[in-house]
Amino acid sequence: MSTLSTLRTAHPGTDRALRRRHIRRTWGHPWLFVPLAGALLLMIAPFLWMLSGSFKPEADIRRVPPVLIPTAPTTANYGELFSTLDFTSMFANSVIVALAVTAGNLIFCSMLGYALAKLEFRGQRAVFLLVMGTLMIPGLVTFVPLYVLVANMQLTGSLLGLILPFLAGPFGVFLMRQFISTLPDELIDAARVDGCRELAIFGRIILPLTKPALATLGIITFLGSWNNFLWPLVVAQNESQYTLPVGLALASSGQSFTRFGILLAGAVVVLLPVMIVFLLFQRQFVAGIATTGLK
Amino acid sequence: MSTKTLPGRGDTHEQGTAGPERSADRRHSVRRGTARRRQARAAWILAAPFLALFAAFMLLPVVWSLLMSLTDTQSADLRTPLNVSFIGLDNYVRLFQDDQFFTALRNTAVFVLVALPLTLAAGLAAAVALDRGIRRFRAVFRVGFYLPVITSIVAVAVVWKTLLEPRAGLVNLVLGWFGIDGPAWLADTRFALPVMIVMAVWRNLGTVMIIMLAGLQSVPQSLMEAAELDGAGAWQRFWRVTFPLLRPALLLTAVTTGIGYLQFFDEPFVMTGGGPLDSTLSATLYAYNQFGNGNYDMASAASYVIFVLIVALTVLQFRMLRDKD
Repeated sequence: MSTLSTLRTAHPGTDRALRRRHIRRTWGHPWLFVPLAGALLLMIAPFLWMLSGSFKPEADIRRVPPVLIPTAPTTANYGELFSTLDFTSMFANSVIVALAVTAGNLIFCSMLGYALAKLEFRGQRAVFLLVMGTLMIPGLVTFVPLYVLVANMQLTGSLLGLILPFLAGPFGVFLMRQFISTLPDELIDAARVDGCRELAIFGRIILPLTKPALATLGIITFLGSWNNFLWPLVVAQNESQYTLPVGLALASSGQSFTRFGILLAGAVVVLLPVMIVFLLFQRQFVAGIATTGLK
Repeated sequence: MSTKTLPGRGDTHEQGTAGPERSADRRHSVRRGTARRRQARAAWILAAPFLALFAAFMLLPVVWSLLMSLTDTQSADLRTPLNVSFIGLDNYVRLFQDDQFFTALRNTAVFVLVALPLTLAAGLAAAVALDRGIRRFRAVFRVGFYLPVITSIVAVAVVWKTLLEPRAGLVNLVLGWFGIDGPAWLADTRFALPVMIVMAVWRNLGTVMIIMLAGLQSVPQSLMEAAELDGAGAWQRFWRVTFPLLRPALLLTAVTTGIGYLQFFDEPFVMTGGGPLDSTLSATLYAYNQFGNGNYDMASAASYVIFVLIVALTVLQFRMLRDKD
């Protein structure tokens, strides 16, 4: 403070310079704030529209021109969603499928990822190239035979048919391998010298250290499974196996436009859980994405 | 399948290599041999569950699909997939004689060539602006820009459909404030595809932004200061220092986004069904429609054409963006 006042009396001009530096350090460039805030508004406008629409009574929904803020906010849309469309069981299905798929990917991808990153075995390169090669294959290439396969296994009538084909994906192997290869080899060598068995090294030493990558993979897989649409749409045979996106899509194509309050409420219900997951784990997620992207 | 017989087989020949040397040496190399064998066995045990699932639900379908694209499945019973007749490349010939497939390819090409550069540019611009401009509330911006990425495509489609509704939608309301009479968007052949390009950019720029932001923050401050001392302006600093360091991250996002865009499917499937007048029909939607009509062979052939396009685009991107040295 005293230096500031001495400076102020000695050089009247530096006061403004110091203030500008202070502003820059805490706020950044103020002039960039305005376009960015505008862009942010454009980005979230559909969500605001969705939220406001989900609380609109029928009268507001039919209004031309539309109103942005509901005149008499109501939760009737949500009520109807759960009573007439059976969103409760769809919600449960989505949770079961997403958790099972996530657990499978975390387990199987970290196992193979570790083997590829840190262990030596014959055929290592071939396995790596084979798995990575399939990253480029569009989902539709495997779609038709996969459908025939799952139908032949008589799994189209159960949730297992939605889960099984997605339990182990190549992206998870890529992510885990990238992360695990950044861990120091000395750690593993030291454990070996101490007489630790190979599989125990993975379970006791590597796995605890890969938590950030596991968190990233977990979030990505959960979101991917939660939002997966085409496969459950085709495989699920009756309403008891519908996941949320399937239920929402069928509702949106079946009903007329005037029911859009219910559809927007459905969109909110589909979005809410993933938003909570993302907000809770945002930091790990960003860190994990960054490691995969930059290494 | 075959993985079960493999564990431990990796290094069996090592035992023989020890030979009749001095006993200490021999003991040492034998011990190293067992250690290696143990390692290889552990590796295969760890790899086996993944590879079993991978073989069943990835490799088998990929090969099966290729075979299907070369057969006539019209009369075949798919439960006994070996009992089919091979017809060579006939399905591919039929594919390229179909005008609708060309329409689908053209729409996909327009979508990729416009949406991909726009997504990369918008994501990079957002990252640079956020890196330079915003200290406080950066998390709020990051979440806001990323929100569309984590939203279910069905939810996105539902919301945009109501936003774009000609009379009761928000978009035409806002245009009306500026005295513009908005079109019928998704029902208009001139606007349906551009709308989906805008949606794709909106939905995906968050991924590019997050990866670029991480890249920008890893640019060493000392490098920037050195460049500044050498008299480099802000523009020069970006192109000469920052951009080359971002190149690997840019390549990764360009490739992954490109692969996703070439399989452009969900938006037209949910919002327009490919219409109006095939103006949003994409190559994958074409393949899906063939599948839906029971033409499994044509669906497989079309998806292999898309696969070839993906490989071509990826190779092209590696050529363009790889480090020059």
